[in-house]
Amino acid sequence: MSRVSRRALPGFGLSLGYTVTYLSLLVLIPLAAIGWQASGLGPAEFAAAAWSPEARAAYRLTATTATAAAAVNVVLGVVVAWSLVRYEFPLKRIVDALVDVPLALPTAVAGLVYATLYSADGWLGRHLIPLGVEVAYTQLGIVVVLVFTGFPFVVRAVQPVLADLDAEAEEAAAVLGATRWETFRRVLLPTLLPPALTGFALALARGLGEYGSVVFIYKAQPGEPLIAPSLVVARLESGRFADAAAVALVLLLISFALLAVVNLLERWTQRHAA
Amino acid sequence: MPHDAPSAPPRPRTDPWFVRYTLVGLTYLIVGGLVAVPLAAVFQFALADGVVAYWRNLIGTPESRHAVFLTFVVAPLAVAMNVVFGVAAAWLIARFRFPGRTLLTTLIDLPFSVSPVVAGLSFVFLFGTGTLLGDGLREYGFRVIFAPPAIVLATAFVTFPFVARELIPVMEAGGPEEELAARSLGASGWQLFWRVTLPNVKWGLLYGVILCNARAMGEFGAVYVVSGRTGGETDTIPLHVQKLFETPSRDGIPAAFALASALTLLALASLVLKVLIESKLREKPAPTAES
Repeated sequence: MSRVSRRALPGFGLSLGYTVTYLSLLVLIPLAAIGWQASGLGPAEFAAAAWSPEARAAYRLTATTATAAAAVNVVLGVVVAWSLVRYEFPLKRIVDALVDVPLALPTAVAGLVYATLYSADGWLGRHLIPLGVEVAYTQLGIVVVLVFTGFPFVVRAVQPVLADLDAEAEEAAAVLGATRWETFRRVLLPTLLPPALTGFALALARGLGEYGSVVFIYKAQPGEPLIAPSLVVARLESGRFADAAAVALVLLLISFALLAVVNLLERWTQRHAA
Repeated sequence: MPHDAPSAPPRPRTDPWFVRYTLVGLTYLIVGGLVAVPLAAVFQFALADGVVAYWRNLIGTPESRHAVFLTFVVAPLAVAMNVVFGVAAAWLIARFRFPGRTLLTTLIDLPFSVSPVVAGLSFVFLFGTGTLLGDGLREYGFRVIFAPPAIVLATAFVTFPFVARELIPVMEAGGPEEELAARSLGASGWQLFWRVTLPNVKWGLLYGVILCNARAMGEFGAVYVVSGRTGGETDTIPLHVQKLFETPSRDGIPAAFALASALTLLALASLVLKVLIESKLREKPAPTAES
């Protein structure tokens, strides 16, 4: 790692000034406006807006669906990453490339096609609804689209760690008489845990804020909760700016916390890999 | 007790065939069900009534045409903003050490974890009616919120980290040796940048631009909040797709799929380019030994 002292290369002042100014104007000042708008409420009013029964129900729905989807993604992601790293099979490169599709495909397209596929006359809904599995327009639908949008995160976090894994540790375990399963549990699992958790946290962060795909597949019936981002939109559209800001501020603080967690997890992964 | 004949050396990394077949089968099922089937369905639904109907659905109405136009104006502007920022930030972070460097790196990633709806809302609060900035700008006849400028800003916010994130590791791997050499030969700052730095990182930059553009064209939540969603004026393609999907009689759905298929093609083209560039990045000679 060689990084030059400040004088050896030009442009320190210019790039620092530009980076900080642009970051402030485009990201930090707008986000501060949310805090500013919410601060117009007194503490009691803020609590009433951010923690109303309606808001609590929204947080609960958002948190459960995003957590469930991220957990599903850990299982799916480890299976797919394992196959891609360890085995050869037909169409492997295409399968590998398809893993990135959810990152590039607009969420509105995902929502549209999932809602259609799982509707009563859709390719999948036609077979699932008679079995009692209703996806379109239900809370299960939220989990399904969040599994789609969060799918690449675990795969892409686990894949490089699995590929770099030292064969010697596994061979040593086998020579010492460990069964395949023991090797997996004692050698592989501790190595896979940090990247799997990183992927989980990234998928969770994405799922908590997701809006585009969910509006297509979930329609809250009267009395049913909204997801938190939909609640923000609903309050904004009815002119309750400060109340919208209160919920947005809660979401923003959760984002900050998750960002910190992801940073710690990434450092943990690197230490493990080192 | 007779010893077993020495068996073949253990091959711990070879899983039994049934494990292998099960996992590969599951992988096909997962990637197929989650990604391949929905992708195929987009095109199937879009082209169900033939190519002529498809074309009419795609750009048959002024609203659709304007949505396509708006998306193709907004996305490049947001990408351009983030390219300039990304180059500046990568130069700063890859080439210098200074207090606050780690914090800055973390802040650059911040927009990835902020809900797009929250991002959009922040611009409504900054430029909306009744705010100092919004009212002041409107006095001069400049409308930001519920107009294209806010759509560009919101799009730039959600795609903010892409270019910087891709460029920083590429620039770090390149090392400063060539730049220092050019400097000692008397190159000016901009000569250094255009002749040495930029050619070295061009594939990394293109990679960032492609990811950034794919996301910019498809952004929904942030744009939904700031655009006001006036058909033919402030609807981008994704917003228009949602409107068509919501038409009560459901007769907008073929048109929704036609537009969605265009976005899907763009996403797939981006991924193909991404794979090509990744192989370009890999075949580049390894950077000089780290000193």
